[in-house]
Amino acid sequence: MANIVQFENVGLRYGAGEETLCDVSFTLRSGQFYFLTGASGAGKTSLLKLLYLSQRPSRGIIRLFGEDAVILPRDRLPGFRRRIGVVFQDFRLIPHLSAADNIALPLRVAGMAESEIARAVREMLTWIGLSERAGARPATLSGGEQQRVAIARSVIARPELLVADEPTGNVDPVMAERLLHLFNSLHRLGTTVVMATHDWHLIERIPSAHHMHLERGRLVDAQWPDLPPPSPPPSPAAPPRSTTVRSGL
Amino acid sequence: MTRTLTRGRRRGGAESRALDDVGGAHVMSWVIAIMLFLTLLSAAAGLATARAAGALDRQMAGRLTVQIVEGETQRRDAAAAQVLRVLRAQGDVARATPVPQADLARMLQPWLGTDAEAAGLPVPALIDVDLTSDAAAAIARVTVAVTRASPAARVDAHATWLGPVGRLLDTAAWLAGAIIILMLVATGAVVMLAARAGLEAHRGTIEVIHMLGATDRQVARLFQRRIAIDAGIGAVAGSVFAGAAILLIAREVGALDSQLLDEMRLGVADIGLLVAVPFGFVLLAVVAARLAVLRQMRRML
Repeated sequence: MANIVQFENVGLRYGAGEETLCDVSFTLRSGQFYFLTGASGAGKTSLLKLLYLSQRPSRGIIRLFGEDAVILPRDRLPGFRRRIGVVFQDFRLIPHLSAADNIALPLRVAGMAESEIARAVREMLTWIGLSERAGARPATLSGGEQQRVAIARSVIARPELLVADEPTGNVDPVMAERLLHLFNSLHRLGTTVVMATHDWHLIERIPSAHHMHLERGRLVDAQWPDLPPPSPPPSPAAPPRSTTVRSGL
Repeated sequence: MTRTLTRGRRRGGAESRALDDVGGAHVMSWVIAIMLFLTLLSAAAGLATARAAGALDRQMAGRLTVQIVEGETQRRDAAAAQVLRVLRAQGDVARATPVPQADLARMLQPWLGTDAEAAGLPVPALIDVDLTSDAAAAIARVTVAVTRASPAARVDAHATWLGPVGRLLDTAAWLAGAIIILMLVATGAVVMLAARAGLEAHRGTIEVIHMLGATDRQVARLFQRRIAIDAGIGAVAGSVFAGAAILLIAREVGALDSQLLDEMRLGVADIGLLVAVPFGFVLLAVVAARLAVLRQMRRML
């Protein structure tokens, strides 16, 4: 299984402050599902920004799709970004475009023919259960519907890597499960998924997923918290998924 | 959805409408309309003035008036005939035409009344002269020959007394040109500022499109399209108002019955140039927006 992302001793500093990320090293393998956890301010969003090329590291090496992303020339970044899907916590839908047009954006940016776009968007709307809301503007959609549109937009171009920053943070538990199901479906289709979340219940829903945990900008072994019933957590002493991921670092 | 996408295709795709929210768009159109209105008026004034200055130049170039100032009519006429013979024999003279005394009397009528000569008032004889060149040497040679032929003859080069008017018109035409250049610079600056403000206002949208893999040129195209629409609306409005104002002024000038102002007419080439100005404005706006956006985009990763 090929490595899709490789971080080696990556550090990230904003301005003259302390390092937000410090000596972060890990490898993401193609077609795997990764959860990224950590307290607020631990550096999850910063790490995701490095993954979706919104930020360059202050130090270290990042290899993305087999190339050194740190020294990648600016004019090659769009091509790499088209291989990465991003789901933002705050959705970031374009307010005056319809749900369908928002979903179609990555394909239009990529220059796909309109007939193909129409077909792909139709399929995607069906997949997320919003066929009836195709022409609706984001402001008229519920939080869960907006998040589904954002997810559809991030995956319509079949990215090799999908980065999601707390995609279930603004939705109720039922919707969170549904969204997770969408991500898992993608993962099964071969997309590498990296999902930042605080929700340990979701993590246990995908037993095959790997787990990365950030504390104060450093990757550490995750401690499985005590979760309330009805889903008793596995043994906190030996979180199997985080062990798996550590072995891949 | 299909309808939406079809509509998007006709208009160039939804991504091209990503910045089509209405905030601030009309301000840009108004700015362009006002700038274009003023520029077209300046351009029309400049072109018409330049045309009048050219006509005046042609009138002045190598033209003389010879006056025979002689109180006694028979001597005056004899001297005028002698001077006319000398002038027509000169190689520097292309044409020498005596001004009929009747025309002269008509010209002097407002000041001297209907029968000035009968009242004993001295009226000079005039001869209009066109030289083969406007060189000072030719004027000097003709002047010497004329004064030799009749000491009562005086030579007035039109360039001497119409020169200040010509220089004034030239200055006015250059001033109009300078105003046009300043207006274009100001318009470019306004558009650049508007594009930067637009970039700031749409930062969220642009970040999303950027993250979806849009190139700098794709983002710049969005702004170009937006600015082209706004500038186009402004250009139409500015052109309509300026056209109406120019037509009104032209009608008023025509009613003045002035020889000089009559020359201040716009030719076909001038009108073609004025018609091209709005298109130039839109092009300038689009280029300025593109430059501003590309420069800003290069600051992003």
